[in-house]
Amino acid sequence: MTRSSAAAPAMLMAARYRRVRPRLTFARLQGMRSVAAVQYAVLMGILIYAAVHGAQSMGYNWQWYRVPRYFYNVTDAGFEWGPIPKGLLGTLAISSVSFALAMVLGFAVAALRQSRLIVGHAVAVGFLELVRNLPLLVLLYLFYYVLGPIFGLDRVTASIACLGVFHAATISEIVRAGVASVERGQWEAATSIGMSRVQSFRYIVLPQSVRFMLPPMTGEVVNMIKSSAIVSVIAVGELTTAGRTIISDTYLSFEIWFTIAGVYLATTLLISIAASRLETRYAVQT
Amino acid sequence: MTSVTERGTKAQVPPDIITMRGVAKYFGDFRALDGIDLSVRVGERVVICGPSGSGKSTLIRCINRLEEHDEGRIVVDGVELGPETRNIRAVRQEVGMVFQQFNLFPHLTVLENLTIGPIRVRKIPKAEAIARARTYLDRVHIPEQADKFPAQLSGGQQQRVAIARSLCMESRILLFDEPTSALDPEMINEVLDVMVELADSGMTMVCVTHEMGFARKVADTMVFMEDGRILEMAPPDRFFSAPESARCRAFLSQILEH
Repeated sequence: MTRSSAAAPAMLMAARYRRVRPRLTFARLQGMRSVAAVQYAVLMGILIYAAVHGAQSMGYNWQWYRVPRYFYNVTDAGFEWGPIPKGLLGTLAISSVSFALAMVLGFAVAALRQSRLIVGHAVAVGFLELVRNLPLLVLLYLFYYVLGPIFGLDRVTASIACLGVFHAATISEIVRAGVASVERGQWEAATSIGMSRVQSFRYIVLPQSVRFMLPPMTGEVVNMIKSSAIVSVIAVGELTTAGRTIISDTYLSFEIWFTIAGVYLATTLLISIAASRLETRYAVQT
Repeated sequence: MTSVTERGTKAQVPPDIITMRGVAKYFGDFRALDGIDLSVRVGERVVICGPSGSGKSTLIRCINRLEEHDEGRIVVDGVELGPETRNIRAVRQEVGMVFQQFNLFPHLTVLENLTIGPIRVRKIPKAEAIARARTYLDRVHIPEQADKFPAQLSGGQQQRVAIARSLCMESRILLFDEPTSALDPEMINEVLDVMVELADSGMTMVCVTHEMGFARKVADTMVFMEDGRILEMAPPDRFFSAPESARCRAFLSQILEH
């Protein structure tokens, strides 16, 4: 008895499902994972084929076997890192120092912009407009060829200052938007228990705005790593400079640029993954 | 023992702790407050009512200077409020405020919400602040919620935490800005009960509320406002039985209808 009564609704359900099962439309195909994987594979295949075929037709001689030595060398003297990892280290060093500088400047500019001092506000807005409306390359030349001699900046210092200033503009906007996302009532509650503006910001508003700032801020870390490549034009030792140097020695331009691009991609992807982990940690219920 | 604050014992009148004289406040061209004269004695309970937009909230927000008044004088706990007031933060420590939207700090636990003011502003040791916080959580009847975050509590519980947060500062005056207006009906009473207990303990309170049952129970003075002016100010028995202005009568009949 139990079996038949249990089976009957199940069959009924099955019949109903079969009837409402949608037709295999183009839109449904697009949504399927297996189809997406095939599409991706075909697309990449075409791209790679085009690159290889194009290179062959122009008589390019692929020499991938010559690439690994630029990552590491094992000689009689022992293991030695090659110019690419060293360049990556340079990129990371320049990016992280520049980012720290950009954070300090960015917070300062955001604070000045919010301040009631008319001069402070004007300075902040002037800074933002100037930096946002200049190409990064021109800014770098300004720092290296103009400010460099005046203030005695070497090329690394000039690069770091330039990148710090350039990204400070974006960071100050991120900070401003993050702070503005915290309700006014939070400031009022903090004020009403006698906190100063600085205390209200430090203990109440800033911790709550972190979750608003974190996604654009990690995007900015990635942007920093990417834009740091520009300092290769004044021959500061970093990843892109390493690539240029290797190519000028070996003429392996295809292999090395692919490799350099791959290293950048791997680095920024790792940062993005770490960042999304961090974001879930800072999620706050409201 | 007869409390000096009890209505009718005029033998020993406590001093004023809040004095407002000719206070006006403008938002652009709009006159939010107009010629406000109000005195609050130590231990007095004042309930302010009136239609929305009448300036009730603006009035009490001027008392802790969340709004800056444009004309007139406000003296709170012996300090005149003005642009030159250096110790405005000292005044604010003595004037607690409970908001309509609770405004608890969502990134801090209940206990941290209660201790951050005493620790950072009053500079008392952490252990003492925690002990104090637990005492006041008991007083608002939610000692078991200390380690939760505000979002995990009901509206009524959140508002009671907000009251406890003000109490932890051991302020001399408490301002309530429509503390039950954002609450579901079944939670209003748990908050009002706490407020009645506070009133019984002799706290100086200025409440903006439309809870007339509560007002009857605790108020020493009722204030009716309209268009930024105080139209009526009287003890509750006279206020409810024989309001002088027609506008106040109409308002009362509307909100007491239900």
